[in-house]
Amino acid sequence: MPTDMPSTPVIEVAGVTKTFAGVRALSDVDFTLQRGEIHALVGENGAGKSTLIKVLTGIHTTDAGRVTRNGNISTIYQEVNLVPLMSVSANMFLGREPRNRFGLIDRARRDADAAELLRGYGITADVSSPLGTLAVGEQQMVALARAVDANADVVIMDEPTSSLEPREVETLLGVVRKLHEQGIAIIYVSHRMDELYRICDTVTVLRDGVNVHSGPLKELPRIELVSLMLGRSVKEIESHGTTAFGEDHHADAEPVLQATGLTSRPRIDGVSVTIRPGEVVGLAGLLGSGRTETAKAIIGALPVDGGTVLVAGNPVARTVKASTRAGISMLAEDRKTEGIIPNLSVRENIVLAALPRLSRFGVTSRSKQDRIVDAFIKRLRIKVSSPEQKVAELSGGNQQKVLLARWLCTEPKILLLDEPTRGIDVGAKAEVQALIDELAREGLAVLLISSELDELLDGADRLVVLRDGSVAGELEGDQLTREHVLKAIAAEVTDDSGDHAGSPQHSR
Amino acid sequence: MTATLTKTTPTMAARTKVLQRQGAAVALVLVVAVSWLVFPRFGSLDNLRDLALQGSFLAVIAIGMTFVIITGGIDLSVGSVYALGGVLAAWGAQYGFLVALLLPLVVCGLIGLINGLLIARTNMAPFIVTLASLLFARGLLLVITDEGATTYKIASDSAFVELGRGTVFGFGYPIFIAAALALVGGMLLNRTNFGQNVFATGGAEQSAVLLGVPVAKTKVLVYTMSGTLAGLAGALTAAYLQSGVTVIGVGLELDAIAVVVIGGTLLTGGMGTVLGTVIGVGLIKVIQNVINQIGTLDSNYQSVVSGVFLLIVVVLQRILRR
Repeated sequence: MPTDMPSTPVIEVAGVTKTFAGVRALSDVDFTLQRGEIHALVGENGAGKSTLIKVLTGIHTTDAGRVTRNGNISTIYQEVNLVPLMSVSANMFLGREPRNRFGLIDRARRDADAAELLRGYGITADVSSPLGTLAVGEQQMVALARAVDANADVVIMDEPTSSLEPREVETLLGVVRKLHEQGIAIIYVSHRMDELYRICDTVTVLRDGVNVHSGPLKELPRIELVSLMLGRSVKEIESHGTTAFGEDHHADAEPVLQATGLTSRPRIDGVSVTIRPGEVVGLAGLLGSGRTETAKAIIGALPVDGGTVLVAGNPVARTVKASTRAGISMLAEDRKTEGIIPNLSVRENIVLAALPRLSRFGVTSRSKQDRIVDAFIKRLRIKVSSPEQKVAELSGGNQQKVLLARWLCTEPKILLLDEPTRGIDVGAKAEVQALIDELAREGLAVLLISSELDELLDGADRLVVLRDGSVAGELEGDQLTREHVLKAIAAEVTDDSGDHAGSPQHSR
Repeated sequence: MTATLTKTTPTMAARTKVLQRQGAAVALVLVVAVSWLVFPRFGSLDNLRDLALQGSFLAVIAIGMTFVIITGGIDLSVGSVYALGGVLAAWGAQYGFLVALLLPLVVCGLIGLINGLLIARTNMAPFIVTLASLLFARGLLLVITDEGATTYKIASDSAFVELGRGTVFGFGYPIFIAAALALVGGMLLNRTNFGQNVFATGGAEQSAVLLGVPVAKTKVLVYTMSGTLAGLAGALTAAYLQSGVTVIGVGLELDAIAVVVIGGTLLTGGMGTVLGTVIGVGLIKVIQNVINQIGTLDSNYQSVVSGVFLLIVVVLQRILRR
């Protein structure tokens, strides 16, 4: 397929560096896109993919380096960036509407042109109906059709399949191949290994803003690719991590949490997790593998299509309220938007979740609050000048501890921690890790989500590895090694169940 | 692949659209039919002419408000700007027709422009910005009328008065002006790139930016339009009343917002029609007219009924969007 053309690259990036507020998002990155190739761009969260895309499209300027573009670039974002209330055809031609001789929009022609174009993508929906009435996959296709029709030489697709059903994925991949045949170059950003290996010619791996690998994809074994993304060589298995976790916590008691067959399409499919009191179970997997979704499904924050959650043997209704009452608490990944209320004091932030418990007839007892808050500040070693200090003034690590205290206040049996050490400095990280260890030893059941493999390997007694929304393996004891995890994530030897379902529509 | 175009089943959004658009129209037809039967005076030509004239001033303001609300904004200043426009027109009438007409348009358009620039460029909430200009315009009006003590009269034989009081077959000029503006407004909204930008801005602002829609420019334009139209409505009212009345227009912005929403425009932006707004004006004015005809009923019931209508529409919008 890839007919090599020795022509000039359509995009060439040399030595590009980009810094945001002192943080290097890209450092000295080289990147070349040949005409007509499908180029995979991979890397974990924060590796610099988005920044590189924005540099390519000219949204960001560079601090250093050179960007050469020899063609028009269209970008399709992960979220469908169209206007749901406007009609499909209005979305397609927004900004370049066909006019009649009075200079007014020719609606009949706009509808006809849109219908004609979309038919090529297998979309036969009524183009005069609002875009929002289409399925997400169809909307994605409209976005694609719009982008390509704008006379593009390069189409950048940022996680185009992350919210699609398997059938829709097939249609999209079919369109990608069609574009490829027309000689359009494609930059394909995805975390789904199967898709990458099916359609991409070349790959560039970014890690911490550095291009760690560029080359043909077919020659790169999956496990090699995964280890490039995560940052350690496969050989380098023996790692003495920088984590502060202690020994395993042995737990033989009955499971306090039994989540079975949690399904929320298309994010997670049939995920089961069991945790015993005093046990730390890690959730491993690449970004987008369904880790956060699994935790959210357990606590009832994500509507599920199927699955049950038992706490101490009793079924729990799938609402956050019921889950909280049953003793499940969750520390969300994004402290800024989902947790901390910056302008409230440390005390107010801590007691927030426990207020119903601390109040009688809606009146809270201040002295009770103070007692609890003081106890937690001491126990979690939160560094504050006083409990009345604003949370916004604390460091990231201490903010995280305040959140942890908030949930511990509610006396949970099960604690779900989503990336508890992300974005906090090394010292605070070790403290939070030690704290997790301590809590488990006191009998708390902990689900730990982390992108850092070391943190999971050292901190968890057992690991559930997720891949594309399903459990790819469970590891414990001797299997808790980097190699085993990488193998499970990369799925070296698997036949994919989603593939042969295929689409009845397109395959040509 | 079949060549026929498969129609999608009538979905939520489609149903919402139908009910919103036709809902107000159906209500209007019903109210008119009942009034016609119950009140013999309602159907008289005189009453209908009067009704249309009363509605035309509000309609001119509401057309501008429709654009603002579709972008997801709000313009609270129109009531004050309307009153200011009237006073400026009355004052300007002593210098001739053109001054009387253009002075309010320019000044009120400028207030709208400032509203738009502040909202688009500094990202301040439309509610706050236009609340400030509501106070500003009302204050300015009081300054130039010596706290309302001076009322500028317009000579009854001037050409400007003709603009407000002239008739064709007994129907006042303002009715035709409002109708023409509604026609142009509808055209602008549905058949021009500017109109598409208005929908895109209110429908999904972030996406609109990524799609290359000049969001800031669009916002500036709609507020400028709203201010200008409020000024025009004020000028027409002054011409009709032959003076610049200082106490009118208080709370008029709320009436304008109400008729726009009753007409099916989403208060959250992204969807709406000028025709719906015109129907909304009709509905409110007919109800008002009917309540006036029931001599025994306190005229304050107008607001009660308008309020109930508005509530029903907003609740329906909410339910149907789920």
